[in-house]
Amino acid sequence: MIELWDALTDPDLPFLRYALITGLLASISFGIIGTFVVVRRITYIAGAISHCVLAGIGGGLYLQNVVGIPWITPVRGAVLVALLAALLLAQVSKNGGQREDSIIGALWAGGMSIGFLFIAVTPGYFDPMSYLFGNILLISKNDIYFVIILDCAILAVVGIFYNKLVALCFDEEYTQLRGVHTRWLYLLLLCLTALTIVLLVRIVGIIMVIALLTLPAAIAGTMASGIRQLMFIATLLSGLFIVSGLGVSFSLDLPSGPVIILIATNCYLLSLGFGKKWRKKTERNNSLC
Amino acid sequence: MKDVAIRIRDLNYSYDDIPVLTNVHLDVFPGDSAIIIGPNGGGKTTLIKLILGLEHPDKGEIRVYGNEPEQERIRIGYVPQYARYDPKFPISVLDVVCMGRLGNSLSGRYTGHDKEIAQESLAAVNLAALSQRPFSALSGGQRQRVLIARALAAEGDILILDEPTASLDQQSEEQLFTMLAELNKNMIILMVTHEIGVSPSLFQRVICVNNQVHIHPTSELTGELLRDMYGSDLRMIRHDHRCCPGGHEHD
Repeated sequence: MIELWDALTDPDLPFLRYALITGLLASISFGIIGTFVVVRRITYIAGAISHCVLAGIGGGLYLQNVVGIPWITPVRGAVLVALLAALLLAQVSKNGGQREDSIIGALWAGGMSIGFLFIAVTPGYFDPMSYLFGNILLISKNDIYFVIILDCAILAVVGIFYNKLVALCFDEEYTQLRGVHTRWLYLLLLCLTALTIVLLVRIVGIIMVIALLTLPAAIAGTMASGIRQLMFIATLLSGLFIVSGLGVSFSLDLPSGPVIILIATNCYLLSLGFGKKWRKKTERNNSLC
Repeated sequence: MKDVAIRIRDLNYSYDDIPVLTNVHLDVFPGDSAIIIGPNGGGKTTLIKLILGLEHPDKGEIRVYGNEPEQERIRIGYVPQYARYDPKFPISVLDVVCMGRLGNSLSGRYTGHDKEIAQESLAAVNLAALSQRPFSALSGGQRQRVLIARALAAEGDILILDEPTASLDQQSEEQLFTMLAELNKNMIILMVTHEIGVSPSLFQRVICVNNQVHIHPTSELTGELLRDMYGSDLRMIRHDHRCCPGGHEHD
């Protein structure tokens, strides 16, 4: 613990500080967006977007290094591709949705393939592992700005349209009948999800995005009685998982992404057991009154 | 014909080239109350979705208060079947009912007035005491009543209910019909139902939907008519009288 504190305050090791600050700030986005992903049941849409992100990263590397367009960085490529994937998936769900899962599968695998091919034809060595499983060494000061902007955007949109977003997740058809433009609202939600996913990829990597996005909200779901409460608990939990994961990975010298996810997964499994007990207790209390 | 609330002319609708509704004419007037009956796949739900503007006709015209359904749908309170809801969704009863007030502002924020209306609507379905309970903790019948309250909170001119009696017990069903009769003084009521013997005293008309649409006054609802529509002999179950030692009361 003391070692960790020393490392955090060591001016020569800024990456650990950046990772911790980014992780804590990002918990707000993760908690809020994760809640919507869980209650709207779009985990697999989030999964498809996250795997598409590799196409953006690979494309960014290629365009930057081979074609020579300096302003297309891997992160910008990732943002662009994630938003495009969100646009496409929103369109698919509008048109009946029968083949939605096939399209999710195609985007999922197709996005990864494009990304790997771009990385393969880009000269120099880029380790795809760090994108797939996350690497806190990749987190820079710029990521902190990105997180702050995203947090503000998400808090603003959710603050203003909270009731409409909740209604959209609960009953889209009825929400539409109340005169709400549900298609635009859903697209907005998916775009915010896409941006959150890009941020998550920086922290835990493409493959484990779904876990850190949905597990805190899923655990919170076993005890929360309202969406606001769910968001709050999910935010706290995701902060807790990131901080403890970073601490453990640093002290044991293990990769941080998998450690964070393993802590989250274990807590989720525990919550399934406790959640049941807790629910029974509250139901008993409810039936008494 | 300025007074017509819902006006359907020469409407055709098909799903994947299979005609669901053919040549439909229908007028619904202020003060109307009608049950919509017909076999599964006959087009009852489609008819409702067309009126709500969720589906669009292949041919023909549909007008709600003289406009496109999308423009007037805010005036329609709608009670969908409750079975579609995620039982784990963490939301309170009052928040579900408040959704009926969503369309009133750009951001969708609920004012104190909105919450009052929602609370009154809950009182109308006898659930005022449960407003802070989680929606998921209610029984099927109670959830159904919450959805009815949500439709009432919209304060529309038309109330459309899709099989609201499916999960109600006898007592709740009677309460519902009493309430609908009261609401019918100010609203048009259209109710899809499977149960053909429903309280005929309340509903003035029967809209029979089986690819085509026929309208009858409730008094014409006979076994023969039903046999024609459903295509086989069926037993009518009457809900408006009790099997008690005193015997049956027929009207």
